[in-house]
Amino acid sequence: MTKSDVTRRGVLKSGAMVGAGVALPTIFTASSAAAYTNEPTGSSVTLGFNVPQTGPYADEGADELRAYELAVEHLNGGGDGGMMNTFSSKALKGNGILGKKVEFVTGDTQTKSDAARASAKSMIEKDGAVMITGGSSSGVAVAVQALCQEAGVIFMAGLTHSNDTTGKDKRANGFRHFFNSYMSGAALAPILAKNYGNDRKAYHLTADYNWGYTTEEAVRTSTEAMGWETVAAVKTPLTATDFSSYIAPVLQSGADVLVLNHYGGNMVNSLTNAVQFGLRDKLVNNKNFEIVVPLYSRLMAKGAGANVKGIYGSTNWHWSLQDEGSKAFVKSFGTKYGFPPSQAAHTCYVQALLYADACERAGTFNPCGVAEALEGFEFDGMGNGKTLYRADDHQCFKDVLVVRGKENPTSEFDLLEIVEVTPVSQVTYDASIFGGDLGTCNNGA
Amino acid sequence: MDAILLQILNGLDKGSAYALIALGLTLIFGTLGVVNFAHGALFMIGAFCSVTLSRLFSLSHKVEVPGETDFLGNPLKKDVPYLYDIFGESTGAAIIDWAVPLSILFAIPIMLAVGYAMERGLIKHFYKRPHADQILVTFGLAIVLQEVIKYYFGANPIPTPAPSAFTGSFDFGAMLGFDPNTIIYPYWRLVYFAFAVVIIGAVFSFLQFTTFGMVVRAGMADRETVGLLGINIDRRFTIMFGIAAAVAGLAGVMYAPINSPNYHMGMDFLVLSFVVVVVGGMGSLPGAVLAGFLLGVLESFASMREVIDLIPGINQVIIYLVAIIILLTRPRGLMGRKGVMED
Repeated sequence: MTKSDVTRRGVLKSGAMVGAGVALPTIFTASSAAAYTNEPTGSSVTLGFNVPQTGPYADEGADELRAYELAVEHLNGGGDGGMMNTFSSKALKGNGILGKKVEFVTGDTQTKSDAARASAKSMIEKDGAVMITGGSSSGVAVAVQALCQEAGVIFMAGLTHSNDTTGKDKRANGFRHFFNSYMSGAALAPILAKNYGNDRKAYHLTADYNWGYTTEEAVRTSTEAMGWETVAAVKTPLTATDFSSYIAPVLQSGADVLVLNHYGGNMVNSLTNAVQFGLRDKLVNNKNFEIVVPLYSRLMAKGAGANVKGIYGSTNWHWSLQDEGSKAFVKSFGTKYGFPPSQAAHTCYVQALLYADACERAGTFNPCGVAEALEGFEFDGMGNGKTLYRADDHQCFKDVLVVRGKENPTSEFDLLEIVEVTPVSQVTYDASIFGGDLGTCNNGA
Repeated sequence: MDAILLQILNGLDKGSAYALIALGLTLIFGTLGVVNFAHGALFMIGAFCSVTLSRLFSLSHKVEVPGETDFLGNPLKKDVPYLYDIFGESTGAAIIDWAVPLSILFAIPIMLAVGYAMERGLIKHFYKRPHADQILVTFGLAIVLQEVIKYYFGANPIPTPAPSAFTGSFDFGAMLGFDPNTIIYPYWRLVYFAFAVVIIGAVFSFLQFTTFGMVVRAGMADRETVGLLGINIDRRFTIMFGIAAAVAGLAGVMYAPINSPNYHMGMDFLVLSFVVVVVGGMGSLPGAVLAGFLLGVLESFASMREVIDLIPGINQVIIYLVAIIILLTRPRGLMGRKGVMED
C-alpha cells in the first residue's frame, strides 16, 4: 500500500489559497505584460485627481482641481510655466512627463473615506491612473494612501494635517507636502507666548476625530512647554453646528484663551459662536481673552467673515508670500482664474509638479523608482523656501507660516496676514515619535 | 447654580429653532397628514433669503483706489455699494447692516410662494400614498433644493452678521448677583428667542382666534365632517402649508447670524426636529413647542463638561435617548392625541 501525502486538510488549504489568488482584485496585481501597475504604454500618461467635488469641502476641492489643471497645462508646455520656472530641479521640460502628454481623470472624494477609496479605485482600475493625488481631509488621505499602497501606485496627498498621515499610518507609496499638527503647535506656541505672555490658561474645544486629537495634543504640548496651563479640553461632535453650549462655560472655567481645534464648518461655527458670546471683549485674570485657531484656511476665514480679525493660526502657504516661486504661482493662477490661489491649491499644484519631476529624475513611472527619487529630495523655489521630502516618513519639512486675521481686508481673499515665517528647524521632529512603519514600496508587480 | 442657569439659557435659543421648525412640521402633519422631510430645506431657504438680501444690498460697482495695487499688481479696485450712491454712505451702510431683520419682509412672500408651489406642485399628489412614499419624495425634494442652493451659493458657509447694535453679549450673571462673566448671553440669541416666542404666539393666536383658524382646527380634528359642511378644507390646508413654510423660513432668516448659512443646514436640523415632533406628539402644536424647548435645554445640559466626563458621548445621543424612552412609554408623545402613532 502506497502512502499518500494528500490530506483533506491539505486539499482545503491549497484550495483556499488558489481561490484567494483568483479572487484577488486586479488592482493588486500588475498585468503580466506590465512591470508595474498601469505602466503607460502609449503616448500619454494618466494622473488621478481625487478631490471633494461635492459635500462640505467642495469649494476647497474646486480650488484643488483648478491647481491640478494648471499644473497639467504647465507640464504639457502650456501657459507661462508657473513654478516650473522657479523650481530648483530643472528636470521638467514642458513636454509632459518622460515625453508623454499628461492627461487626467477626476474623482469625487465627497470627504468620505469609503467614497474616496471607491473613486481612487475606479481611477486606477478603469482609467489606468498611475498616480493618485488630492483630498481635503486626513481621514480620506489615510484611507486612500492605504489603497494606493495595496494597488501599487503613488499617492501624493492633498490637504491633510493630521500627524497620522505621515505618522502611525504612513505608507511607502504615500507622500505629503502639506504640514501637520505638530508643526502648527511648534510654530504657533512661541508667537502666542510672545503676544499673550507665558502665564495663560487655555481651554480647548476639539473636534471629536483623529485630526482634532492630534492638533489638540500638538498645541497643548507646545503651549504647556511655554508655561501655559490647560484648564480643560472638551471634545465636540463633528456633526455639531451650534457650539454655544460648549462655549458658554469657557469663562466660568477661569480660562483666558480658547483654542478651537476645529476645521471647516466646525471652525466657522465655533468661532462665530465664540465671537457672538463676546469672549474677545472680556477681561479675564486681568488679561484680554484671546481665541486661537491652530489651522487656518482662506476658505474657512471667508466663512467666518469679520470674526477672524486679530486671531492667530497657522497655514501651509499664503498667496501674499513674496518669494519668486509663490509670485510665479500666484501670477499663473490669478491670470487664469481671476483670484489668488488657496493653500490647498498650492499644495496640490506643488505635489503634481514634484511627482512629475521625480518621474523625470527616476526615468520611470515605476512607483518604486519614483518613491526613491522623492525620498530625501531637497528642493527650493516652490513657495516655502528650502524643503526636504524626508525619507523616514515621506513628510515635507519646510518653513511654516503663522498668520493672523487681517483687521482691514481689501478684498474677500485678503483675510489673513503673515505674522511670522517659522524656520523649518523649529518645526522639525524625530520621525519615530509618531510610530508607524513605512513598509516597503509596492509597484503592483 | 450659575452653570445651570447658563445652560437653560443656551437651551432656550436652541429650542427656539427646534420649536419653530417642529411647529411647521407638525402643522403640516396635523392638517395634511403629510410627513414632510423637505421642511428642513425650507428653514435653509429662509436663511438664504437673508444671504440674498444682504447680497442685493451689497451690489457694488468698482472704484479704483489711487496708489494701491491688487495681488497681480494691477490698480486696486474697491467695491462701493450702489446704496452708498443712492442714500449716502452712512444711510447705505445702516441699511446693509440691518439686512437680516429686513429680510423678514423679503422672506415672507417668498416662503409663502415656495410653500404653495411645493404643496400644489408635488405634495398634494402624495396625500393618499403611504407615509414611506411621502418621506421618500420629500427627502428627495430636500436634496434637490439643497443642491440648487449649493450650485448658486457654493458649499462654504456664508457669514451673515446681525446688525452691529446686537453684537456682543449681555451679562446676566451680574444682573442676578453672580460674579461678572459667569452668565453671559449674546444679544442676538435673546432677539432670536423673543422672535420665536412672537412667531409661536402669532401662529397659535391665528389658529385660536380667527374663523380661518377655527375651520383649520376643525379640519384637523375631523376633515371629513368639515368637508361635508361644504367648506373647502383642502384650500385652507394648502394655505396652512404656506404658513408652515413661512414659519420655517422665518426661523432660518433670523438664524443666519447665529451660524453662517450653508446649503446643508436644513438637514442638520431636520432629524432633530422630527424627534421633537415625535416627542411632542405628532400633530400636536403645543407638544411641538414644549418638546422643542425641552430637548433644546436637555441637549445643552448634556453638553456640559461635567456631564460628558460622567457619561462620555451623552451629548451626541441625549435627544435620541429621550425619544426612545418617550416612544416606549408614551407612543403618542407628550401631548399627542390618543390613537395617533399608537396603532
